[in-house]
Amino acid sequence: MKIANKKVTAERLVRDALEKAKHFSDYNIFTFLNEEGALKKAREIDEKIKRGEKVGKLAGVPYALKDNFLSPEGETTASAHILEGFKSPIMATSVKKLEDEGAIMIGRTNLDAFAHGSSTENSYFGPTLNAYDRERVAGGSSGGSAVAVALDIVEFATGTDTGGSIRQPASFNGVYGLKPTYGCISRYGVVAMASSTDCIGFFTKTPEDMDLLMSVASGRDPKDMTTLPDYYNAGDGLTDAACPSDTLQAAQAKSSRSTEHAASVKPSRIGIVKDFDNESVDKEIRLALKNKIDLLKSKGYEIVELEMPALKYALAAYYIIVPAEVASNLSRYDGVRYGFRSEKTKDLDSLYIDTRSEGFMPENKRRIMIGNFVLSSGFYDAYFLKAAKARTLIIKEYEKAFSKCDFILTPVSPNPAFKLGEKVNDPVSMYLEDVMSVSLNLAGVPGLAIPAGKTKNGLPVGLQLIGPRRSDKSLIEFSKVLNDNNEGGKN
Amino acid sequence: MEIKREDILHLADLSEFKLSEKEVESLGKDLQDIIKYISQLDKLDTENIEPTYQVFEMENVWRDDEILEQDATREELLALTKEAKDNQIKVPKVL
Repeated sequence: MKIANKKVTAERLVRDALEKAKHFSDYNIFTFLNEEGALKKAREIDEKIKRGEKVGKLAGVPYALKDNFLSPEGETTASAHILEGFKSPIMATSVKKLEDEGAIMIGRTNLDAFAHGSSTENSYFGPTLNAYDRERVAGGSSGGSAVAVALDIVEFATGTDTGGSIRQPASFNGVYGLKPTYGCISRYGVVAMASSTDCIGFFTKTPEDMDLLMSVASGRDPKDMTTLPDYYNAGDGLTDAACPSDTLQAAQAKSSRSTEHAASVKPSRIGIVKDFDNESVDKEIRLALKNKIDLLKSKGYEIVELEMPALKYALAAYYIIVPAEVASNLSRYDGVRYGFRSEKTKDLDSLYIDTRSEGFMPENKRRIMIGNFVLSSGFYDAYFLKAAKARTLIIKEYEKAFSKCDFILTPVSPNPAFKLGEKVNDPVSMYLEDVMSVSLNLAGVPGLAIPAGKTKNGLPVGLQLIGPRRSDKSLIEFSKVLNDNNEGGKN
Repeated sequence: MEIKREDILHLADLSEFKLSEKEVESLGKDLQDIIKYISQLDKLDTENIEPTYQVFEMENVWRDDEILEQDATREELLALTKEAKDNQIKVPKVL
């Protein structure tokens, strides 16, 4: 990525990015453009460079922020009506880390409201258009971020991935998208969707950029007790000096588990999942997978066929566990403390009810109601408890798989980008788009979406590389082996 | 299982939603489809399997019991609400 220096000023980089953002305004990528704030920061960095002072690793790099990250610049709306007018007084830890290194947020990007969706059509602000075909969806939920990178408006964008929300839009728009290991990057200051599967990650045009961003953003955060010690930069996660001793012991005690990754491993065996390569998957996606498998074989890698029968239940388990957590996390939106409040309500009860009824999108309502259904007495054992047990089986299946291979290569989704409006009124067919991405979130393992060519009609095809927990760095490194055409980004 | 009109109204009540007649109908259909889909878990054998509720591998992350510096002040937080008075958030009558 281009970093500001004496020859290329941060102001130039930021002005270019803002100009491109305006040029592509009809794609509906941004919910807010940070013109004043971004230019002010750029000038400050340029002053520093002029004075010969030290600047950060991301000095003057323009980036786009998914609109569910809290920061004081612009409103944080999560593309939801119910957060209208919410100007956060706090900044997410991940945003702070990026900005401390000199990255400059030029705008906030569109998403499915509260990240509920796989197309960005569930946004209160309308859908974002696909970078390659304006009649098709951007994917979701981080659709705006994916398109901002694909159209080369910014060097990188942030995303959140609860069940595929980074990887699927990355694959629909031909860029890299990483869902790291659960707990790798702090979730502090990011609008919660499902706390046990939410992950923070990035969209980039190259694996090198992804590595740089991970080295900046990962690590333990006292404000998020579910962050892991800083294994990304340390190699194995067990040498972080800032890590309290009891935590260190816990980490060491569990480090022998097969889901853990030994940093020294050089990948040689790549797994493929038989169940993910069948008639229900688009022909051209299957072909892209075959091409990459052939490439790996020609480079001397061993291909291991995996049987992972529990994965076909991952989607059902996911659409029980995640709505349950959604129902709980979204109960906080009541119109009292921040955001939208319904007017002329007669008492407190109607304030809650009217605000929530007017403020949530239909998909938000579906998920909250499904969540309350699977958690209700009488249904808890049959649905929520059953799904939690299925989750155990899925984790075990990944553990077993990683005893036979180093990484797994699969499609990201069964189809390339679909037409706008095609699935928006059929929730189950929309959910089926997530069938190959959700199991990673249930298991907490990392997945990297990589560009893998295009269909005959010019739509990008993505594949996903899956690794054991904490293998993020080697996963990114390994993706370079698969990049034979220098893919990533439209321009 | 079949989702009836009263089930939808009950779930709306639990969720603090007031649904229009149109929503009762459309959500009713959607929820029926979704529940039909997730019910396929019945077929998965989970005999003697322990449930997993979280995938964070550590337990008991301790810290000292002291108040850390806060990111937002009381004034900043109160400024987010529609109406505040005497350092309190104002809402319509409760009873």
